[in-house]
Amino acid sequence: MISVNLSAVFYLISGVLFILALRGLSSPETSRQGNFFGILGMVIAITVTFLSIGNFSSGFVYVLIFLLIGGLIGAFIAYKIPMTAMPELVAGFHSLVGLAAVFVAISAFLNPEAFNLGYPGDIKLGSLIEMSIGAAVGAITFSGSIIAFLKLQGIMSGSPITFKGQHPLNALMLISIVVVTYFLCSTQSSNLFWILLSISFLIGFLLIIPIGGADMPVVISMLNSYSGWAAAGIGFTLENTALIITGALVGSSGAILSYIMCKGMNRSFFNVILGGFGATEQSASSSNKEQKPVKSGNAEDAAFLMKNASSVIIVPGYGMAVAQAQHALREMVDTLKKNDIKVSYAIHPVAGRMPGHMNVLLAEANVPYDEVFELEEINNDFANADVAFVIGANDVTNPVAKTDPQSPIYGMPVLDVEKCKSVLFVKRSLSPGYAGIDNDLFYRENTLMLFADAKKMTEDITKNL
Amino acid sequence: MEIDPFIFRLSIFILSVFIGYYVVWSVTPSLHTPLMSVTNAISSVIIVGAIIAGLAGNSESIFNTSSIFGFLAISLAAVNIFGGFLVTQRMLAMYKKKKKDK
Repeated sequence: MISVNLSAVFYLISGVLFILALRGLSSPETSRQGNFFGILGMVIAITVTFLSIGNFSSGFVYVLIFLLIGGLIGAFIAYKIPMTAMPELVAGFHSLVGLAAVFVAISAFLNPEAFNLGYPGDIKLGSLIEMSIGAAVGAITFSGSIIAFLKLQGIMSGSPITFKGQHPLNALMLISIVVVTYFLCSTQSSNLFWILLSISFLIGFLLIIPIGGADMPVVISMLNSYSGWAAAGIGFTLENTALIITGALVGSSGAILSYIMCKGMNRSFFNVILGGFGATEQSASSSNKEQKPVKSGNAEDAAFLMKNASSVIIVPGYGMAVAQAQHALREMVDTLKKNDIKVSYAIHPVAGRMPGHMNVLLAEANVPYDEVFELEEINNDFANADVAFVIGANDVTNPVAKTDPQSPIYGMPVLDVEKCKSVLFVKRSLSPGYAGIDNDLFYRENTLMLFADAKKMTEDITKNL
Repeated sequence: MEIDPFIFRLSIFILSVFIGYYVVWSVTPSLHTPLMSVTNAISSVIIVGAIIAGLAGNSESIFNTSSIFGFLAISLAAVNIFGGFLVTQRMLAMYKKKKKDK
Protein backbone atom coordinates (compact mmCIF):
# COMPACT_ATOMS: atom_id res chain seq x y z
CA MET A 1 0.00 0.00 0.00
CA ILE A 2 1.37 3.37 -0.97
CA SER A 3 0.59 6.69 0.61
CA VAL A 4 -2.15 8.99 -0.62
CA ASN A 5 0.37 11.66 -1.52
CA LEU A 6 2.58 9.34 -3.52
CA SER A 7 -0.37 8.01 -5.50
CA ALA A 8 -1.50 11.59 -6.16
CA VAL A 9 1.93 12.30 -7.65
CA PHE A 10 1.63 9.27 -9.90
CA TYR A 11 -1.85 10.34 -11.02
CA LEU A 12 -0.36 13.70 -11.90
CA ILE A 13 2.35 11.97 -13.94
CA SER A 14 -0.22 10.00 -15.86
CA GLY A 15 -2.16 13.21 -16.49
CA VAL A 16 0.99 14.77 -17.94
CA LEU A 17 1.57 11.71 -20.11
CA PHE A 18 -1.95 12.12 -21.51
CA ILE A 19 -1.15 15.72 -22.42
CA LEU A 20 1.95 14.47 -24.24
CA ALA A 21 -0.17 11.88 -26.02
CA LEU A 22 -2.29 14.63 -27.56
CA ARG A 23 0.74 16.79 -28.20
CA GLY A 24 2.26 13.98 -30.26
CA LEU A 25 -0.60 14.24 -32.73
CA SER A 26 0.70 17.56 -34.02
CA SER A 27 2.49 15.62 -36.75
CA PRO A 28 2.27 12.06 -38.05
CA GLU A 29 5.96 11.47 -37.21
CA THR A 30 5.55 12.08 -33.51
CA SER A 31 2.07 10.60 -33.26
CA ARG A 32 3.06 6.99 -32.62
CA GLN A 33 5.27 8.05 -29.76
CA GLY A 34 2.35 10.09 -28.45
CA ASN A 35 0.13 7.04 -28.42
CA PHE A 36 2.78 5.19 -26.46
CA PHE A 37 2.79 7.97 -23.84
CA GLY A 38 -0.96 7.58 -23.58
CA ILE A 39 -0.69 3.83 -22.97
CA LEU A 40 2.06 4.42 -20.39
CA GLY A 41 -0.11 6.98 -18.59
CA MET A 42 -2.98 4.50 -18.46
CA VAL A 43 -0.77 1.69 -17.12
CA ILE A 44 0.57 3.97 -14.39
CA ALA A 45 -2.92 5.12 -13.38
CA ILE A 46 -4.28 1.58 -13.13
CA THR A 47 -1.24 0.21 -11.29
CA VAL A 48 -1.26 3.03 -8.76
CA THR A 49 -4.94 2.47 -8.09
CA PHE A 50 -4.28 -1.18 -7.26
CA LEU A 51 -1.33 -0.30 -5.06
CA SER A 52 -3.17 2.44 -3.20
CA ILE A 53 -6.07 0.15 -2.34
CA GLY A 54 -3.65 -2.59 -1.35
CA ASN A 55 -6.47 -5.11 -1.24
CA PHE A 56 -5.23 -8.15 -3.12
CA SER A 57 -7.99 -10.43 -1.87
CA SER A 58 -10.37 -12.37 -4.08
CA GLY A 59 -12.01 -9.11 -5.21
CA PHE A 60 -8.77 -8.28 -6.96
CA VAL A 61 -9.06 -11.42 -9.07
CA TYR A 62 -12.52 -10.37 -10.18
CA VAL A 63 -11.20 -6.94 -11.15
CA LEU A 64 -8.64 -8.61 -13.36
CA ILE A 65 -11.25 -10.92 -14.87
CA PHE A 66 -13.57 -8.04 -15.77
CA LEU A 67 -10.64 -6.03 -17.05
CA LEU A 68 -9.58 -8.90 -19.24
CA ILE A 69 -13.08 -9.51 -20.62
CA GLY A 70 -13.41 -5.86 -21.60
CA GLY A 71 -9.87 -5.73 -22.90
CA LEU A 72 -10.32 -8.74 -25.14
CA ILE A 73 -13.54 -7.38 -26.58
CA GLY A 74 -11.88 -4.01 -27.18
CA ALA A 75 -8.81 -5.53 -28.81
CA PHE A 76 -10.95 -7.76 -31.00
CA ILE A 77 -13.01 -4.80 -32.20
CA ALA A 78 -9.91 -2.68 -32.80
CA TYR A 79 -8.38 -5.29 -35.09
CA LYS A 80 -11.55 -6.21 -36.96
CA ILE A 81 -13.10 -2.82 -37.61
CA PRO A 82 -12.82 -1.57 -41.21
CA MET A 83 -11.55 2.00 -41.50
CA THR A 84 -14.74 3.10 -43.23
CA ALA A 85 -16.61 2.26 -40.01
CA MET A 86 -14.50 4.58 -37.82
CA PRO A 87 -17.35 7.04 -37.12
CA GLU A 88 -19.60 4.27 -35.82
CA LEU A 89 -16.79 2.87 -33.72
CA VAL A 90 -15.99 6.20 -32.12
CA ALA A 91 -19.67 6.86 -31.42
CA GLY A 92 -19.94 3.42 -29.84
CA PHE A 93 -16.88 4.01 -27.70
CA HIS A 94 -18.26 7.34 -26.50
CA SER A 95 -21.38 5.61 -25.31
CA LEU A 96 -19.24 3.23 -23.24
CA VAL A 97 -17.36 6.08 -21.55
CA GLY A 98 -20.71 7.69 -20.75
CA LEU A 99 -22.15 4.49 -19.31
CA ALA A 100 -19.00 3.78 -17.30
CA ALA A 101 -19.27 7.27 -15.79
CA VAL A 102 -22.90 6.57 -14.88
CA PHE A 103 -22.01 3.24 -13.29
CA VAL A 104 -19.19 4.71 -11.24
CA ALA A 105 -21.52 7.47 -10.08
CA ILE A 106 -24.20 4.93 -9.10
CA SER A 107 -21.64 2.89 -7.24
CA ALA A 108 -20.37 5.95 -5.39
CA PHE A 109 -23.91 6.96 -4.53
CA LEU A 110 -24.76 3.54 -3.12
CA ASN A 111 -21.51 3.05 -1.26
CA PRO A 112 -20.00 6.48 -0.53
CA GLU A 113 -17.81 5.12 2.30
CA ALA A 114 -15.59 3.33 -0.24
CA PHE A 115 -14.75 6.69 -1.81
CA ASN A 116 -14.52 8.67 1.46
CA LEU A 117 -17.53 10.73 0.52
CA GLY A 118 -19.59 10.27 3.65
CA TYR A 119 -22.36 7.76 4.35
CA PRO A 120 -25.47 6.67 2.43
CA GLY A 121 -28.10 9.31 2.99
CA ASP A 122 -25.43 11.68 4.25
CA ILE A 123 -23.08 12.28 1.34
CA LYS A 124 -20.97 15.42 1.40
CA LEU A 125 -22.81 18.16 -0.46
CA GLY A 126 -19.95 19.03 -2.83
CA SER A 127 -19.40 15.39 -3.73
CA LEU A 128 -23.09 14.86 -4.35
CA ILE A 129 -23.23 17.81 -6.73
CA GLU A 130 -20.12 16.63 -8.59
CA MET A 131 -21.51 13.10 -8.72
CA SER A 132 -24.85 14.30 -10.10
CA ILE A 133 -23.15 16.34 -12.80
CA GLY A 134 -20.92 13.41 -13.77
CA ALA A 135 -23.85 11.02 -13.84
CA ALA A 136 -26.15 13.34 -15.79
CA VAL A 137 -23.55 14.23 -18.43
CA GLY A 138 -22.51 10.58 -18.64
CA ALA A 139 -26.10 9.50 -19.21
CA ILE A 140 -26.60 12.14 -21.91
CA THR A 141 -23.37 11.00 -23.58
CA PHE A 142 -24.51 7.40 -23.45
CA SER A 143 -27.96 7.73 -24.98
CA GLY A 144 -26.85 10.43 -27.44
CA SER A 145 -23.99 8.26 -28.67
CA ILE A 146 -26.27 5.27 -29.06
CA ILE A 147 -28.53 7.29 -31.35
CA ALA A 148 -25.53 8.63 -33.27
CA PHE A 149 -24.24 5.07 -33.60
CA LEU A 150 -27.59 3.79 -34.90
CA LYS A 151 -27.81 6.63 -37.41
CA LEU A 152 -24.27 6.11 -38.66
CA GLN A 153 -24.74 2.36 -38.85
CA GLY A 154 -27.87 2.91 -40.93
CA ILE A 155 -30.06 1.01 -38.47
CA MET A 156 -31.90 4.25 -37.85
CA SER A 157 -32.72 6.64 -40.69
CA GLY A 158 -30.15 9.42 -41.05
CA SER A 159 -32.84 11.97 -41.78
CA PRO A 160 -33.72 14.34 -38.98
CA ILE A 161 -36.68 13.39 -36.80
CA THR A 162 -38.54 16.48 -35.69
CA PHE A 163 -41.85 17.02 -34.00
CA LYS A 164 -43.84 19.93 -32.72
CA GLY A 165 -42.80 21.32 -29.37
CA GLN A 166 -39.43 19.63 -29.52
CA HIS A 167 -37.37 22.60 -28.40
CA PRO A 168 -39.65 23.62 -25.51
CA LEU A 169 -39.64 19.97 -24.38
CA ASN A 170 -35.84 19.81 -24.41
CA ALA A 171 -35.60 23.11 -22.55
CA LEU A 172 -38.11 21.87 -19.98
CA MET A 173 -36.10 18.71 -19.41
CA LEU A 174 -32.85 20.61 -19.02
CA ILE A 175 -34.48 22.80 -16.39
CA SER A 176 -35.90 19.74 -14.64
CA ILE A 177 -32.38 18.28 -14.41
CA VAL A 178 -31.29 21.34 -12.45
CA VAL A 179 -34.38 21.22 -10.24
CA VAL A 180 -34.03 17.49 -9.52
CA THR A 181 -30.34 17.93 -8.70
CA TYR A 182 -31.26 20.68 -6.26
CA PHE A 183 -33.78 18.51 -4.44
CA LEU A 184 -31.47 15.51 -4.58
CA CYS A 185 -28.86 17.52 -2.73
CA SER A 186 -31.26 18.74 -0.10
CA THR A 187 -33.03 15.41 0.55
CA GLN A 188 -30.35 12.83 -0.43
CA SER A 189 -33.22 10.70 -1.71
CA SER A 190 -32.11 7.81 -3.89
CA ASN A 191 -35.37 7.98 -5.85
CA LEU A 192 -34.42 11.42 -7.05
CA PHE A 193 -31.04 10.09 -8.11
CA TRP A 194 -32.73 7.51 -10.36
CA ILE A 195 -35.11 10.13 -11.72
CA LEU A 196 -32.14 12.35 -12.53
CA LEU A 197 -30.51 9.51 -14.45
CA SER A 198 -33.71 8.71 -16.37
CA ILE A 199 -34.25 12.30 -17.43
CA SER A 200 -30.63 12.52 -18.54
CA PHE A 201 -30.87 9.35 -20.62
CA LEU A 202 -34.01 10.68 -22.24
CA ILE A 203 -32.56 14.08 -23.03
CA GLY A 204 -29.50 12.58 -24.72
CA PHE A 205 -31.87 10.65 -26.95
CA LEU A 206 -34.04 13.69 -27.73
CA LEU A 207 -31.05 15.91 -28.44
CA ILE A 208 -29.63 13.72 -31.18
CA ILE A 209 -32.72 12.46 -33.05
CA PRO A 210 -33.40 15.79 -34.82
CA ILE A 211 -29.87 15.96 -36.22
CA GLY A 212 -29.34 14.73 -39.76
CA GLY A 213 -26.77 12.22 -40.96
CA ALA A 214 -24.47 14.73 -42.60
CA ASP A 215 -24.22 16.78 -39.42
CA MET A 216 -22.69 13.78 -37.72
CA PRO A 217 -19.17 15.28 -37.66
CA VAL A 218 -20.48 17.93 -35.27
CA VAL A 219 -22.47 15.43 -33.21
CA ILE A 220 -19.57 13.05 -32.77
CA SER A 221 -17.24 15.87 -31.75
CA MET A 222 -19.83 17.18 -29.34
CA LEU A 223 -20.33 13.79 -27.72
CA ASN A 224 -16.56 13.45 -27.51
CA SER A 225 -16.58 16.67 -25.54
CA TYR A 226 -19.42 15.49 -23.27
CA SER A 227 -17.62 12.24 -22.46
CA GLY A 228 -14.70 14.38 -21.28
CA TRP A 229 -16.86 16.59 -19.05
CA ALA A 230 -18.50 13.48 -17.58
CA ALA A 231 -15.07 12.05 -16.75
CA ALA A 232 -14.05 15.37 -15.18
CA GLY A 233 -17.21 15.40 -13.05
CA ILE A 234 -16.40 11.93 -11.73
CA GLY A 235 -12.77 13.05 -11.28
CA PHE A 236 -13.93 15.79 -8.91
CA THR A 237 -16.02 13.28 -6.97
CA LEU A 238 -13.11 10.88 -6.60
CA GLU A 239 -10.63 13.71 -6.02
CA ASN A 240 -8.46 12.18 -8.72
CA THR A 241 -6.06 14.45 -10.61
CA ALA A 242 -5.54 12.12 -13.57
CA LEU A 243 -9.26 12.00 -14.20
CA ILE A 244 -9.72 15.76 -13.81
CA ILE A 245 -6.86 16.56 -16.21
CA THR A 246 -8.02 14.00 -18.76
CA GLY A 247 -11.62 15.10 -18.55
CA ALA A 248 -10.62 18.70 -19.19
CA LEU A 249 -8.37 17.73 -22.11
CA VAL A 250 -11.00 15.58 -23.77
CA GLY A 251 -13.73 18.09 -23.08
CA SER A 252 -11.88 20.94 -24.74
CA SER A 253 -10.67 18.71 -27.56
CA GLY A 254 -14.21 17.76 -28.48
CA ALA A 255 -15.36 21.35 -28.20
CA ILE A 256 -12.64 22.55 -30.57
CA LEU A 257 -13.46 19.84 -33.10
CA SER A 258 -17.14 20.79 -32.98
CA TYR A 259 -16.16 24.40 -33.59
CA ILE A 260 -13.96 23.46 -36.57
CA MET A 261 -16.74 21.33 -38.04
CA CYS A 262 -19.35 24.07 -37.63
CA LYS A 263 -17.02 26.57 -39.26
CA GLY A 264 -16.53 24.14 -42.14
CA MET A 265 -20.27 24.35 -42.74
CA ASN A 266 -20.58 28.05 -41.89
CA ARG A 267 -23.25 27.23 -39.36
CA SER A 268 -23.51 28.14 -35.73
CA PHE A 269 -23.29 25.39 -33.16
CA PHE A 270 -26.87 26.00 -32.03
CA ASN A 271 -28.13 25.88 -35.58
CA VAL A 272 -26.72 22.35 -35.90
CA ILE A 273 -27.92 21.22 -32.50
CA LEU A 274 -31.44 22.49 -33.02
CA GLY A 275 -31.41 20.33 -36.11
CA GLY A 276 -33.83 19.71 -38.92
CA PHE A 277 -31.52 21.08 -41.61
CA GLY A 278 -32.30 20.15 -45.20
CA ALA A 279 -35.72 18.74 -44.49
CA THR A 280 -37.63 21.53 -46.22
CA GLU A 281 -35.67 22.87 -49.17
CA GLN A 282 -35.58 19.74 -51.33
CA SER A 283 -38.94 19.61 -53.08
CA ALA A 284 -38.89 23.20 -54.29
CA SER A 285 -35.55 23.14 -56.03
CA SER A 286 -35.50 19.73 -57.67
CA SER A 287 -38.60 20.06 -59.84
CA ASN A 288 -37.67 23.01 -62.03
CA LYS A 289 -33.98 22.37 -62.52
CA GLU A 290 -33.99 18.84 -63.84
CA GLN A 291 -34.47 20.06 -67.39
CA LYS A 292 -31.05 21.67 -67.66
CA PRO A 293 -28.62 19.99 -70.03
CA VAL A 294 -25.95 17.86 -68.44
CA LYS A 295 -22.89 16.46 -70.15
CA SER A 296 -22.32 12.91 -69.13
CA GLY A 297 -19.50 10.65 -70.14
CA ASN A 298 -18.01 7.25 -69.57
CA ALA A 299 -14.75 5.90 -68.24
CA GLU A 300 -13.05 6.23 -71.61
CA ASP A 301 -13.76 9.96 -71.84
CA ALA A 302 -12.53 10.45 -68.30
CA ALA A 303 -9.34 8.50 -68.97
CA PHE A 304 -8.72 10.54 -72.10
CA LEU A 305 -9.07 13.82 -70.22
CA MET A 306 -6.78 12.72 -67.44
CA LYS A 307 -4.14 11.28 -69.72
CA ASN A 308 -3.77 14.65 -71.41
CA ALA A 309 -3.65 16.55 -68.15
CA SER A 310 -0.48 17.58 -66.39
CA SER A 311 -2.00 18.00 -62.97
CA VAL A 312 -5.04 16.40 -61.36
CA ILE A 313 -6.67 17.24 -58.03
CA ILE A 314 -8.83 14.62 -56.36
CA VAL A 315 -11.73 15.67 -54.16
CA PRO A 316 -12.97 12.75 -52.07
CA GLY A 317 -16.18 12.76 -50.03
CA TYR A 318 -18.44 10.52 -48.05
CA GLY A 319 -19.52 8.70 -51.22
CA MET A 320 -16.00 7.37 -51.59
CA ALA A 321 -16.23 5.82 -48.13
CA VAL A 322 -19.63 4.30 -48.86
CA ALA A 323 -18.37 2.74 -52.10
CA GLN A 324 -15.10 1.67 -50.43
CA ALA A 325 -13.36 3.20 -53.42
CA GLN A 326 -10.18 4.43 -51.70
CA HIS A 327 -8.00 1.51 -52.85
CA ALA A 328 -9.27 1.66 -56.42
CA LEU A 329 -8.67 5.39 -56.34
CA ARG A 330 -5.06 4.98 -55.26
CA GLU A 331 -4.47 2.48 -58.07
CA MET A 332 -5.83 4.98 -60.54
CA VAL A 333 -3.53 7.64 -59.12
CA ASP A 334 -0.54 5.30 -59.36
CA THR A 335 -1.22 4.85 -63.05
CA LEU A 336 -1.53 8.61 -63.50
CA LYS A 337 1.76 9.16 -61.73
CA LYS A 338 3.47 6.69 -64.01
CA ASN A 339 2.43 8.97 -66.87
CA ASP A 340 4.12 11.90 -65.09
CA ILE A 341 0.90 13.55 -64.07
CA LYS A 342 0.99 15.50 -60.82
CA VAL A 343 -1.74 14.36 -58.44
CA SER A 344 -2.84 15.85 -55.12
CA TYR A 345 -5.85 15.38 -52.87
CA ALA A 346 -8.06 18.16 -51.54
CA ILE A 347 -9.99 17.53 -48.33
CA HIS A 348 -12.81 19.69 -47.11
CA PRO A 349 -13.09 19.97 -43.30
CA VAL A 350 -16.52 18.33 -43.22
CA ALA A 351 -15.91 15.66 -45.86
CA GLY A 352 -17.07 12.33 -44.47
CA ARG A 353 -18.89 11.58 -41.27
CA MET A 354 -16.28 12.59 -38.70
CA PRO A 355 -13.32 14.96 -38.47
CA GLY A 356 -10.37 13.62 -40.47
CA HIS A 357 -12.37 10.69 -41.85
CA MET A 358 -11.08 11.06 -45.43
CA ASN A 359 -7.46 11.35 -44.30
CA VAL A 360 -7.65 8.02 -42.52
CA LEU A 361 -9.22 6.30 -45.52
CA LEU A 362 -6.56 7.65 -47.86
CA ALA A 363 -3.83 6.67 -45.41
CA GLU A 364 -5.34 3.18 -45.32
CA ALA A 365 -5.03 3.02 -49.10
CA ASN A 366 -1.34 3.92 -48.78
CA VAL A 367 -1.67 7.47 -50.00
CA PRO A 368 1.29 9.41 -48.56
CA TYR A 369 0.00 12.09 -46.22
CA ASP A 370 2.12 14.80 -47.83
CA GLU A 371 0.02 14.51 -50.99
CA VAL A 372 -3.15 15.27 -49.05
CA PHE A 373 -4.05 18.93 -48.50
CA GLU A 374 -6.57 20.89 -46.46
CA LEU A 375 -8.95 23.36 -48.04
CA GLU A 376 -6.90 26.52 -47.37
CA GLU A 377 -3.69 24.90 -48.53
CA ILE A 378 -4.93 23.82 -51.93
CA ASN A 379 -7.83 26.04 -52.90
CA ASN A 380 -5.70 28.37 -55.02
CA ASP A 381 -4.25 25.46 -56.98
CA PHE A 382 -7.53 24.57 -58.68
CA ALA A 383 -7.11 27.47 -61.10
CA ASN A 384 -3.85 25.96 -62.36
CA ALA A 385 -4.96 22.33 -62.41
CA ASP A 386 -6.21 20.59 -65.52
CA VAL A 387 -8.65 18.14 -64.03
CA ALA A 388 -10.58 18.01 -60.77
CA PHE A 389 -11.80 14.52 -59.99
CA VAL A 390 -14.72 14.76 -57.56
CA ILE A 391 -15.49 11.38 -56.07
CA GLY A 392 -18.35 11.10 -53.60
CA ALA A 393 -18.36 14.77 -52.60
CA ASN A 394 -21.09 17.22 -53.53
CA ASP A 395 -22.11 20.21 -51.42
CA VAL A 396 -18.52 21.04 -50.51
CA THR A 397 -17.87 21.88 -54.17
CA ASN A 398 -21.04 23.84 -54.82
CA PRO A 399 -20.15 27.30 -56.20
CA VAL A 400 -23.57 28.54 -55.12
CA ALA A 401 -22.12 28.94 -51.63
CA LYS A 402 -20.07 31.82 -52.98
CA THR A 403 -22.62 33.46 -55.25
CA ASP A 404 -26.18 33.08 -54.00
CA PRO A 405 -27.02 34.72 -50.68
CA GLN A 406 -30.42 32.97 -50.79
CA SER A 407 -28.85 29.55 -50.67
CA PRO A 408 -28.89 27.68 -47.35
CA ILE A 409 -25.20 26.94 -47.72
CA TYR A 410 -24.23 30.52 -48.62
CA GLY A 411 -20.97 31.47 -46.92
CA MET A 412 -19.82 27.93 -46.40
CA PRO A 413 -16.18 27.54 -47.44
CA VAL A 414 -16.11 25.43 -50.62
CA LEU A 415 -13.43 23.92 -52.81
CA ASP A 416 -13.06 25.98 -56.00
CA VAL A 417 -13.22 22.99 -58.34
CA GLU A 418 -15.02 24.96 -61.03
CA LYS A 419 -11.81 26.90 -61.69
CA CYS A 420 -10.18 23.77 -63.10
CA LYS A 421 -10.04 23.37 -66.87
CA SER A 422 -12.31 20.37 -66.58
CA VAL A 423 -14.22 18.75 -63.77
CA LEU A 424 -14.99 15.05 -63.59
CA PHE A 425 -17.84 14.35 -61.23
CA VAL A 426 -18.39 10.74 -60.17
CA LYS A 427 -21.90 10.37 -58.83
CA ARG A 428 -24.65 7.85 -58.98
CA SER A 429 -27.38 10.26 -60.02
CA LEU A 430 -28.16 13.94 -60.24
CA SER A 431 -29.85 13.89 -56.85
CA PRO A 432 -28.92 16.77 -54.55
CA GLY A 433 -26.65 16.36 -51.55
CA TYR A 434 -27.68 16.46 -47.92
CA ALA A 435 -28.36 20.17 -47.99
CA GLY A 436 -31.12 19.38 -50.47
CA ILE A 437 -29.86 21.91 -52.97
CA ASP A 438 -28.92 21.46 -56.56
CA ASN A 439 -25.25 21.69 -57.42
CA ASP A 440 -24.69 24.29 -60.11
CA LEU A 441 -21.49 22.53 -61.04
CA PHE A 442 -23.37 19.68 -62.74
CA TYR A 443 -24.53 21.97 -65.53
CA ARG A 444 -21.30 23.80 -66.22
CA GLU A 445 -19.69 23.72 -69.64
CA ASN A 446 -16.46 22.21 -68.29
CA THR A 447 -18.10 19.51 -66.18
CA LEU A 448 -18.36 15.91 -67.25
CA MET A 449 -20.69 13.78 -65.14
CA LEU A 450 -19.71 10.14 -64.68
CA PHE A 451 -22.81 8.33 -63.52
CA ALA A 452 -21.70 5.14 -61.81
CA ASP A 453 -20.66 3.56 -58.58
CA ALA A 454 -17.49 5.32 -57.42
CA LYS A 455 -15.43 2.17 -57.08
CA LYS A 456 -16.49 0.66 -60.40
CA MET A 457 -15.95 3.91 -62.29
CA THR A 458 -12.49 4.37 -60.84
CA GLU A 459 -11.51 0.84 -61.80
CA ASP A 460 -12.83 1.35 -65.32
CA ILE A 461 -10.87 4.54 -65.71
CA THR A 462 -7.69 2.79 -64.61
CA LYS A 463 -8.25 0.14 -67.28
CA ASN A 464 -8.60 2.83 -69.92
CA LEU A 465 -5.55 4.80 -68.94
CA MET B 1 -7.78 30.01 7.10
CA GLU B 2 -7.11 26.96 4.95
CA ILE B 3 -8.03 26.88 1.29
CA ASP B 4 -10.60 24.25 0.47
CA PRO B 5 -8.94 21.40 -1.52
CA PHE B 6 -11.79 21.75 -4.01
CA ILE B 7 -10.26 25.05 -5.11
CA PHE B 8 -7.00 23.30 -5.90
CA ARG B 9 -8.80 20.71 -7.98
CA LEU B 10 -10.74 23.43 -9.72
CA SER B 11 -7.45 25.18 -10.53
CA ILE B 12 -6.05 22.00 -12.03
CA PHE B 13 -9.23 21.59 -14.03
CA ILE B 14 -9.28 25.13 -15.42
CA LEU B 15 -5.59 25.07 -16.31
CA SER B 16 -6.05 21.70 -18.01
CA VAL B 17 -8.86 23.12 -20.13
CA PHE B 18 -6.43 25.75 -21.35
CA ILE B 19 -3.68 23.21 -21.96
CA GLY B 20 -6.19 21.12 -23.89
CA TYR B 21 -7.22 24.15 -25.90
CA TYR B 22 -3.70 24.97 -27.07
CA VAL B 23 -2.57 21.38 -27.53
CA VAL B 24 -5.59 20.43 -29.60
CA TRP B 25 -5.31 23.46 -31.88
CA SER B 26 -1.82 22.30 -32.75
CA VAL B 27 -3.09 18.87 -33.84
CA THR B 28 -2.87 18.60 -37.61
CA PRO B 29 -6.33 18.25 -39.21
CA SER B 30 -5.35 15.06 -40.99
CA LEU B 31 -5.01 13.39 -37.58
CA HIS B 32 -8.40 14.45 -36.23
CA THR B 33 -9.81 10.92 -36.37
CA PRO B 34 -6.92 9.42 -34.35
CA LEU B 35 -7.32 12.39 -31.99
CA MET B 36 -10.90 11.34 -31.32
CA SER B 37 -10.04 7.71 -30.78
CA VAL B 38 -7.14 8.51 -28.45
CA THR B 39 -9.16 11.00 -26.39
CA ASN B 40 -11.71 8.25 -26.12
CA ALA B 41 -9.10 5.87 -24.79
CA ILE B 42 -7.66 8.27 -22.25
CA SER B 43 -11.03 9.41 -20.95
CA SER B 44 -11.49 5.78 -19.93
CA VAL B 45 -9.06 6.48 -17.11
CA ILE B 46 -12.41 6.59 -15.34
CA ILE B 47 -11.57 2.91 -14.81
CA VAL B 48 -9.70 4.15 -11.73
CA GLY B 49 -13.03 4.95 -10.12
CA ALA B 50 -14.48 1.68 -11.32
CA ILE B 51 -11.69 -0.32 -9.69
CA ILE B 52 -12.19 1.45 -6.36
CA ALA B 53 -15.91 0.73 -6.63
CA GLY B 54 -15.34 -2.91 -7.52
CA LEU B 55 -12.98 -3.52 -4.62
CA ALA B 56 -15.23 -1.77 -2.13
CA GLY B 57 -17.15 -4.93 -1.22
CA ASN B 58 -16.10 -6.50 2.07
CA SER B 59 -14.34 -9.86 2.22
CA GLU B 60 -17.50 -11.91 2.90
CA SER B 61 -19.48 -10.51 0.02
CA ILE B 62 -17.44 -9.38 -2.93
CA PHE B 63 -20.56 -8.74 -4.91
CA ASN B 64 -23.06 -6.19 -3.69
CA THR B 65 -25.08 -3.77 -5.77
CA SER B 66 -22.43 -1.10 -5.55
CA SER B 67 -19.48 -3.30 -6.45
CA ILE B 68 -21.36 -4.97 -9.32
CA PHE B 69 -21.78 -1.57 -10.95
CA GLY B 70 -18.07 -1.08 -10.36
CA PHE B 71 -17.18 -4.38 -12.04
CA LEU B 72 -19.40 -3.59 -15.02
CA ALA B 73 -17.79 -0.18 -15.35
CA ILE B 74 -14.37 -1.85 -15.32
CA SER B 75 -15.34 -3.95 -18.34
CA LEU B 76 -16.85 -1.01 -20.21
CA ALA B 77 -13.81 1.16 -19.62
CA ALA B 78 -11.47 -1.71 -20.53
CA VAL B 79 -13.19 -2.13 -23.90
CA ASN B 80 -12.46 1.52 -24.52
CA ILE B 81 -8.90 1.51 -23.27
CA PHE B 82 -7.77 -1.49 -25.29
CA GLY B 83 -9.99 -0.71 -28.28
CA GLY B 84 -9.14 2.99 -28.29
CA PHE B 85 -5.37 2.70 -28.04
CA LEU B 86 -5.12 -0.24 -30.44
CA VAL B 87 -7.30 1.29 -33.12
CA THR B 88 -5.35 4.55 -32.81
CA GLN B 89 -2.11 2.64 -33.23
CA ARG B 90 -3.53 0.85 -36.24
CA MET B 91 -4.52 4.14 -37.84
CA LEU B 92 -1.27 5.93 -37.07
CA ALA B 93 0.74 3.08 -38.56
CA MET B 94 -0.95 3.81 -41.89
CA TYR B 95 0.21 7.41 -42.15
CA LYS B 96 3.26 7.27 -44.37
CA LYS B 97 5.34 9.86 -46.12
CA LYS B 98 6.00 9.85 -49.84
CA LYS B 99 8.91 7.63 -50.76
CA LYS B 100 11.75 9.70 -52.19
CA ASP B 101 12.73 7.30 -54.99
CA LYS B 102 9.35 7.42 -56.71
